Amino acid sequence: MSRVVHKFTRTVPHWQPRVTPVKLAEATQAQLDALQVTPSNTKVSDYVLTLAHDVESLKVRSPLFNAIMYDSGGMSRAERELGALAASMVNRCIYCAAVHADRHAKLEKDTAVTDTLFAKGEDADLNDRNRAIFDFARKAAEAPPAAGEAEMQALRAAGLSEEEILDLILSSALFGWANRLMHVLGDPVRQEAKA
Amino acid sequence: MTHNDSTVLTIAGVTNGSAVADATATRANIIEMTQSAENAVLRPEDCGAFDHATRAALAARVARLSADEALAQHYLAGAGDHAVLADPSETGAGQGLGTVVAFVDKVANQTRDIAPEDIAGLQAEGIADADIVRLCELVAFLAYQIRVIAGLRLMQGELT
Repeated sequence: MSRVVHKFTRTVPHWQPRVTPVKLAEATQAQLDALQVTPSNTKVSDYVLTLAHDVESLKVRSPLFNAIMYDSGGMSRAERELGALAASMVNRCIYCAAVHADRHAKLEKDTAVTDTLFAKGEDADLNDRNRAIFDFARKAAEAPPAAGEAEMQALRAAGLSEEEILDLILSSALFGWANRLMHVLGDPVRQEAKA
Repeated sequence: MTHNDSTVLTIAGVTNGSAVADATATRANIIEMTQSAENAVLRPEDCGAFDHATRAALAARVARLSADEALAQHYLAGAGDHAVLADPSETGAGQGLGTVVAFVDKVANQTRDIAPEDIAGLQAEGIADADIVRLCELVAFLAYQIRVIAGLRLMQGELT
């Protein structure tokens, strides 16, 4: 048995699609290319197999995602994860929030920031810099986006460079995209222990 | 790519030589891939159930749901006979797209409230799973593009 997870957690749940993913045995050559399936690499997640239904989008989204989250320079990786987490909390994408809270905690070697965010939400106890980053990303994730001059000023007052601010805009916006796939196309589930 | 080939830079009004343009130049690969994503999501070779004009009209609608009229106009240019769908008060029922339009609106602006029934509702209307994924990619990409543009506008506002 499995149950749907409704509360924020750093323990990454299993993602269960609401549509039928592409079956590897029936995949077209274009899908196999986008999935980068080779004889030695045949493990593909249900999430990626679901997105393979729209192979043209998948092919451009994966490298874009990696560039925004991992390219060198600009904002630190942990702070980009904070931008991703803020958007995921606004959109209540439990799966995305778990993955990116976990990455943040591992990069920082500290769970304090994500603990307080999950316990207190927007009232979390954050230092000035994390507060400015989280508030900008949280407001930017609202629909319509609601970040304004005050949030931008707070980023500059907290000492962020223009390059760092751009990276925050990109990482939080990217999760406007990712949340609308993960949270819409599937459920975060946990296997129940056998009674 | 030149500056004028990027929708996000053009619509946000980022001008060459500005401080914001200097920052975006450090992420030129991301600006370029963002444009490739627009091409793939709005104008794919394999359209499935949603042709280019329908996609453009729905994109203009999502832009309007975030009050971005400049971006809406960018997409309306390609919406052809489907332009009526870009009006947020239009339900799409007359085009047989009532369920699709309601789904697009909810994914765009009430994301957190999406439930399994929303997907089941599309499937009950005979919409293929592949087309449901295509529709989600369209709305999801727009959410990203709208927020990149909004952020770039804010960066400039503070610098002038």
